[in-house]
Amino acid sequence: MATETLTIGKALNTGLRRALENDSKVVIMGEDVGKLGGVFRITDGLQKDFGDQRVIDTPLAESGIIGTAVGLAIRGYRPVCEIQFDGFVYPAYDQIVSQVAKMHYRSGGRLSIPMVIRIPFGGGIGAVEHHSESPEAYFAHTAGLKVVTCANPQDAYVMIQQAIASDDPIVFLEPKRRYWEKGQVDLDAPLSDAYPLHSARVVRPGTDVTVLAYGPMVRTCLDAATAAAEDGRELEVIDLRSLSPLDLTAAYESVKRTGRAVVVHEAPSNIGLGAELAARITEECFYSLESPVLRVTGFDTPYPAARVEEEYLPDLDRVLDAVDRTFGW
Amino acid sequence: MAKGDPGGTTRSRRAAPRSRKGAAGDPALVQLLTPEGERIDSATGPDGTEYRVDFTDEEYRGLYRDLVLVRKLDAEATALQRQGELGLWASLLGQEAAQVGSGRALRTQDMAFPTYREHGVLYCRGIDPIMPLGLFRGVDQGGWDPNEFKFNMYTIVIGAQTLHATGYAMGITIDGKTGTDDGEAAIAYFGDGATSQGDVNEAFVWASVFNAPLVFFCQNNQYAISEPLERQTRVPLYQRAAGFGFPGVRVDGNDVLATYAVTRTALDNARLGQGPSLIEAYTYRMGAHTTSDDPTRYRIASEVEAWQAKDPIARVKAFLEKQQIADAGFFAEVDEQARRESVHLRERVLEMPDPEPVTMFDNVYPNGSPLLDEQRAKFSRYMESFEGSAH
Repeated sequence: MATETLTIGKALNTGLRRALENDSKVVIMGEDVGKLGGVFRITDGLQKDFGDQRVIDTPLAESGIIGTAVGLAIRGYRPVCEIQFDGFVYPAYDQIVSQVAKMHYRSGGRLSIPMVIRIPFGGGIGAVEHHSESPEAYFAHTAGLKVVTCANPQDAYVMIQQAIASDDPIVFLEPKRRYWEKGQVDLDAPLSDAYPLHSARVVRPGTDVTVLAYGPMVRTCLDAATAAAEDGRELEVIDLRSLSPLDLTAAYESVKRTGRAVVVHEAPSNIGLGAELAARITEECFYSLESPVLRVTGFDTPYPAARVEEEYLPDLDRVLDAVDRTFGW
Repeated sequence: MAKGDPGGTTRSRRAAPRSRKGAAGDPALVQLLTPEGERIDSATGPDGTEYRVDFTDEEYRGLYRDLVLVRKLDAEATALQRQGELGLWASLLGQEAAQVGSGRALRTQDMAFPTYREHGVLYCRGIDPIMPLGLFRGVDQGGWDPNEFKFNMYTIVIGAQTLHATGYAMGITIDGKTGTDDGEAAIAYFGDGATSQGDVNEAFVWASVFNAPLVFFCQNNQYAISEPLERQTRVPLYQRAAGFGFPGVRVDGNDVLATYAVTRTALDNARLGQGPSLIEAYTYRMGAHTTSDDPTRYRIASEVEAWQAKDPIARVKAFLEKQQIADAGFFAEVDEQARRESVHLRERVLEMPDPEPVTMFDNVYPNGSPLLDEQRAKFSRYMESFEGSAH
């Protein structure tokens, strides 16, 4: 078994390489994905090895990236589109929501758009505006799209390949502040045996409070769980992985045991993923709950200046504060 | 480009020769059949390309038949909407030549990306005209497999399909299907209003830099619902192409022969690997934008009358009669076929069943979704709870 230590970024790069090797219909397209290898180097070296018709540097036009990818998909290709930063996806929003998401439905199931839209998302890297946003709710709210996000190198490597192999159009959110985090990756395990793409996973078992997170906040919540354990509280941390559809089987089972749930995400709270999670947990686990489902999120402001983003982003202390408050009811 | 472009848009505020019947004197307008039915042997495009057609009598009669049939079927759909059998209809009245000319110029292997008004192109692709009516009746989303018919689904968001066409054409190149006479090409339909959309301009950029085998076919029907061409552009639309680095040509969109010639040339250039081009088919929307529109609020009757004199079908009929290519018996037979096909269309529209409500949950995702499975099950139980009740 070839297990290697890789960063999330390198795991994504390796997963993309595998996808290009395994299916000649896979094409990568985006701004600066060629010689530069992408601004985060996620496509590093791919154009050199697969050519400029499989790894395509596009004009600087996001709607064009997605719109032409639709045409390529109609032609039988499996486009993997890179949007350079979260805050730059909005010019492509119409193509994603009105075209990509609806084509299969409008065709009565006769046409599929097997497209992956990769978006580095979230804050924490000290960036200027438009480079730190968390737009997942926009896409998770859209019927016809699926939305996933990875939180560790193993998932990054496997999930990007699963997303590309899927016939569903998938928005693949990459936790940009975690690109450089390392972990063990099994490069040989066959994709067919891999953990299902749209399933959540318990990443730390616990008995006292259920903590739900995804993407960059999984690491934050695991750190919080370590700290809480020192105070004698066992947090069960669930990495949702799939934001649409949500897989809440493990969450329901967990909350029925713990009676307490905290949802953590960087995106603002208002009408966010946390609201949906709170509503569904409340509906399903009503008689088990000892406290309302609490949310730890970014605030309902535009993403603030970098020098205050540490205060904006949920961190270990804010997660623990919410955990404490679940015991206050 | 011709300095000053006297043809310009006949709607230009500058002193364009508005009184001239047709636009035969317009050096920028490719025309092979005048509104009076006179054949012009050849016409020259702005880049010097010579356009001509060499049809047999049978082919001339075939084009006439297409024009009459698509107009009649379109009129039937309008009537069906007025009678409450369709929710909406976007009539092609006045644009038959632009659609039949370009539609017949497509080769079997070419792929078309329509708006929601290309019923004439659809007909020329050999597609049953019933196919898009589910969308307008509201019984389905109007869907079909684009690859089965080489005709993409109707696209209602203005201009979005031009990018799809561009990507598809890029795929043709990647597949190595250009460079020969039997290569492939794509055609993107859009209107004058769409030229203001970002997507259309992005499509121009992409098609240009990737040298995509694509024809941008703009039916300039002078109006985007109520807004006249002047609200979209200060330059003749075909001249936009120059700024993007590919050729543009304006053709008399009411002249089926010229439209055919120009489109065939553009498609063949594309399939040979010479890249994209823009065709501006200069025409007029004789009817309303859709059945929900009232054009009397924004345009005057005399303008409509002036365009009536340039009717795309009357000129072909005049030509066929003058040249004795067709006789009264032929015209009667075509009218009878049109009547028969429209009656047949009507009968089938009336037979279109409403979908079962639970089918709304189908085909959202190729791989399904547990959320939808749950909602479908709950909805079914809810619906079943009414069974046996007074409802």
